[in-house]
Amino acid sequence: MKLKLKIWRQKNRNSKGKFEIYDLDNVSEEMTFLEMLDYLNSKLILEDKEPVAFDSDCREGICGMCGLYINGRTHGPEKEVTTCQLSMKAFKDRSTITVEPWRSKAFPVIKDLVVDRTSFDQLIQAGGYISADTGAAPEANSIIIKKETVDRAFDAGICIGCGACVATCKNASAMLFVGSKVTQLALLPQGKAEATIRAISMVAKMDELGFGNCTNTGACEAECPKGISISNIAKLNREYLYAKIQD
Amino acid sequence: MSNFFSSSIGKKIIMSITGLFLILFLLLHLSINLLLIFSAEAFNTASHFMATNPVLKVMQYVLAAGFIIHITWASLLTLQNQAARPIKYNTNSPARNSTWSSRNMFILGSLIFIFLVIHLSDFFYVMKFGDMAGKSDYELVTSTFKIWYYALIYIVGFVFLGLHLSHSFHSAFQTIGLNNKIWMKRLKVIGTIYLFIVCIGFAIIPLYFLIPELF
Repeated sequence: MKLKLKIWRQKNRNSKGKFEIYDLDNVSEEMTFLEMLDYLNSKLILEDKEPVAFDSDCREGICGMCGLYINGRTHGPEKEVTTCQLSMKAFKDRSTITVEPWRSKAFPVIKDLVVDRTSFDQLIQAGGYISADTGAAPEANSIIIKKETVDRAFDAGICIGCGACVATCKNASAMLFVGSKVTQLALLPQGKAEATIRAISMVAKMDELGFGNCTNTGACEAECPKGISISNIAKLNREYLYAKIQD
Repeated sequence: MSNFFSSSIGKKIIMSITGLFLILFLLLHLSINLLLIFSAEAFNTASHFMATNPVLKVMQYVLAAGFIIHITWASLLTLQNQAARPIKYNTNSPARNSTWSSRNMFILGSLIFIFLVIHLSDFFYVMKFGDMAGKSDYELVTSTFKIWYYALIYIVGFVFLGLHLSHSFHSAFQTIGLNNKIWMKRLKVIGTIYLFIVCIGFAIIPLYFLIPELF
């Protein structure tokens, strides 16, 4: 494949940044999107140019590190796929691919396509955990939980924290991320004890960090690489309302 | 309940509750308007009852508050949401993941607001404070709908209202926490039926009076 890449380049957090155009030949359809960028970078290094900075870690679609805005979509054109798992088969030969970093006040660009997602860590620190000392793994059947409840908790807990929900939301809202964490823990007996304080603390932190407000467009659900449902946002709204009534 | 109304979820719940209140009001408004087609006397009686009944007089203020709160909070939320993404995307394909009306509720709401100002100055203001020049409420409304550009303004207004409502009904329930796999589908169906009843119902009335004038 022969591609024209239009990539956002930005030296550091404070510089302005602009798009650079790169022509790349001999791209294999067998490559993933990140392997294509690796290939571009190897060429740039040989040409004594600064390689394009982007985030990645596991490259198996489970760590949530990678995340690029490709041709106007989070993680590119395929459904329920992370950038690292995105195949170059999804693109046409001789096409132009625009690559941008996540855009949000809460995710400032550090360099090129890398954004600072500390705000997600801060959200988790605000209450996205249980404070009981868990010790070693307990016997699996010592706490009986209904299969349907476990499934619902798992569907919420599958979030990898990539930030695509914020990146795609027209309001840059983090409601799906917070909703999935609050739902997962509120459903399970281990997390129930702190459900009230968790909902209040996480929402307060979310508002403080400058994320936008949810307007229920459903874009986050459509673009989430793990297909997390916005019914988790409704559950967060319920949990929050219930917590505030008790507050 | 400290800080509830200033939190992002609290603000959304305010939008949801006021929105649902306005949705209910539209049904009442439509049922009175449909009397225009059936009987002048019935419409005049209903109109007089709406303007003089003490409970409904109080409700007028509640309704005005509903509109004002819905519009004020929408403006506030929109400004905050704009600030949450200071640098926009160069290439964006939102049509792939959400409906146009869901993304443009504020624009649609602003267009409905313009329509509302025209509507209130046409009828509400004239009936309440203006000079009716011996006309009954029925005559005032029907004579306005017989003017083609007024009828057109109303029909276009109902199109904007329909688009606004297409994201309103189920969204309001999602915000107050009523969403699961079964109920969200049902709410979307109920919302769509409601939207067609309200918009077609309202649009039929100016057309009913305009069409005989054209031929």
